[in-house]
Amino acid sequence: MSTTSQTQTYDYPDLPALMTRMTGDEKHSFSATSTLDVLWTLYDRVLNIDSDAPEAPGRDRFLLSKGHGPMAYYAVLAAKGFVPVDELDRFLEHDSIFGGHPDRTLVGGVEISSGSLGHGFPIATGLAHGLRISEPSSRVFSLVGDAEFDEGSNYEAIAVAARLGLGNLTVIVIDNSSASHGWPGGIAARFEVEGWTSATVDGRDHEEIETGLLDRKPDLPHVLVATVESK
Amino acid sequence: MRQRFIDVTADLLDQNDRVALVLADIGNANFCDTGVIDRHPDRVINMGIREQMMIGFAAGMAAAGYRPIAHSYTPFLIERPFEQIKIDFSHQDLGGILVSVGASYDAATSGRTHQSPGDVALMATLPDWHIGVPGHADEVEQMHRDAAMSDGRNYIRLSDETNASAITTPGISVVRAGSQGAPTLLAIGPTLTPVLEATSDMDVTVLYTSRPRPFDAAGLAANVTGQEVVLVEPYLAGTSSAEVSAALNAKPHRLLSLGVGHDEFRKYGTGEDHRAGHGLDAAGIRRSLESFVPWESERSVEFGPSNSSPMLRRLFHKKCPSRTSGNFSWNKHHDPCNIGT
Repeated sequence: MSTTSQTQTYDYPDLPALMTRMTGDEKHSFSATSTLDVLWTLYDRVLNIDSDAPEAPGRDRFLLSKGHGPMAYYAVLAAKGFVPVDELDRFLEHDSIFGGHPDRTLVGGVEISSGSLGHGFPIATGLAHGLRISEPSSRVFSLVGDAEFDEGSNYEAIAVAARLGLGNLTVIVIDNSSASHGWPGGIAARFEVEGWTSATVDGRDHEEIETGLLDRKPDLPHVLVATVESK
Repeated sequence: MRQRFIDVTADLLDQNDRVALVLADIGNANFCDTGVIDRHPDRVINMGIREQMMIGFAAGMAAAGYRPIAHSYTPFLIERPFEQIKIDFSHQDLGGILVSVGASYDAATSGRTHQSPGDVALMATLPDWHIGVPGHADEVEQMHRDAAMSDGRNYIRLSDETNASAITTPGISVVRAGSQGAPTLLAIGPTLTPVLEATSDMDVTVLYTSRPRPFDAAGLAANVTGQEVVLVEPYLAGTSSAEVSAALNAKPHRLLSLGVGHDEFRKYGTGEDHRAGHGLDAAGIRRSLESFVPWESERSVEFGPSNSSPMLRRLFHKKCPSRTSGNFSWNKHHDPCNIGT
């Protein structure tokens, strides 16, 4: 579905051009592109959010925990009408809304300011618990990287989310094998042992991503490991 | 103070379904006793011994519209998850209430791991935190209820040390007014009682606040009439020195900043022992004050009412106390009752 809230509509094939407006050439860092297909699938097919009402209480929340390389995120937000596309041209400029890490107070549609690793998932856990009480239809999604997963704060969140049975919480791990010491046996196993359900999919395949996100149990937290090419 | 915090928190949870309490084991048993965990299982959440998670989770609750309270021992609430406080609350521009127990050295027998004299200095590096250092249980209650009604970021630092009575006036208040030009002491939180004891016979102005941030600069400037200013804080010495200097930058002044020493104090015993060890008991404050004002130099010359310095006349115009008053002793050279005799 293309957005109709702005004069021009954008679709998946337009994203490279939007990213080029930030980077100035066709070279995008892997940290930006590793997330591109998951981000597009989320915003195009999964998330219940409306760029005309970006703060609606019952909306789904997407928390980009891994704030590094946010060009793909900005491009998707622009394509979906949360921010003006022309702002992309001013990426990293002194008074731009688009910094090297997203700032929720500057960029419409951004739920958390990130950049320091290991913060988004714990926040997402508290947010999911709070919303489960007050906005039962809201779902919370948080995206982390396999290297970000080194941060111990994530383990605190895995255990707590499982004990609380947060069926409205989904964590997406973009696995491009960039963790310095690796994850023998896979990342999903770290969640499963705590009681999460999991799916491991091709992080470039939109159908697999969508199915992996939506095919889940209602009363358990869920992790989607989206595997992409190695960094 | 802690029991009052627990009772008020339980009441807030009962009265306001927007209030949530996030714990990391510490305090869980105390709140169990109040019954609030049974009454509000969704809004009283124990993370287990996971302090980073306690702060991140509380911030997430704030993002969901709740007013979270996080509570633990000072080092585990403030120092261990400090980046979570900085990023998950401040950088996200989310509100919450952090309430610590232990203060600088309440856990004297537990050693450095349970002591956190640097917490206020650390929190003061972050913008827009309201830092409360109550000196009395009644101040805890008022501060905590005020915080619960706001949307801001509040840090409340509980202590076993307590003043004889509560002062609930916001900002800096005058506890005792000295004569024009008399030295000024600003006591923060539970340092007030030893400050009053140390200066009971002196002509000084004693000011008080339990809310060091935001600092009441106007309140200080309005009440300082002399050049000598003594700041007495129950945490790291000098934590508010820059605030005092900025408040008084239009006035020539000298500042003495008393507080917990910077060096690690590898002693056990009691909190009182530590208070004395850092020179924050009445005797220690007295010693510091006497060396700060021109006391020794003036004593070394012939003096009497006619030729003693204006400072000394200001300091000791009051009725002399009994030599046994207070819990400290004076040697003859430091006995203010000898003045003019």
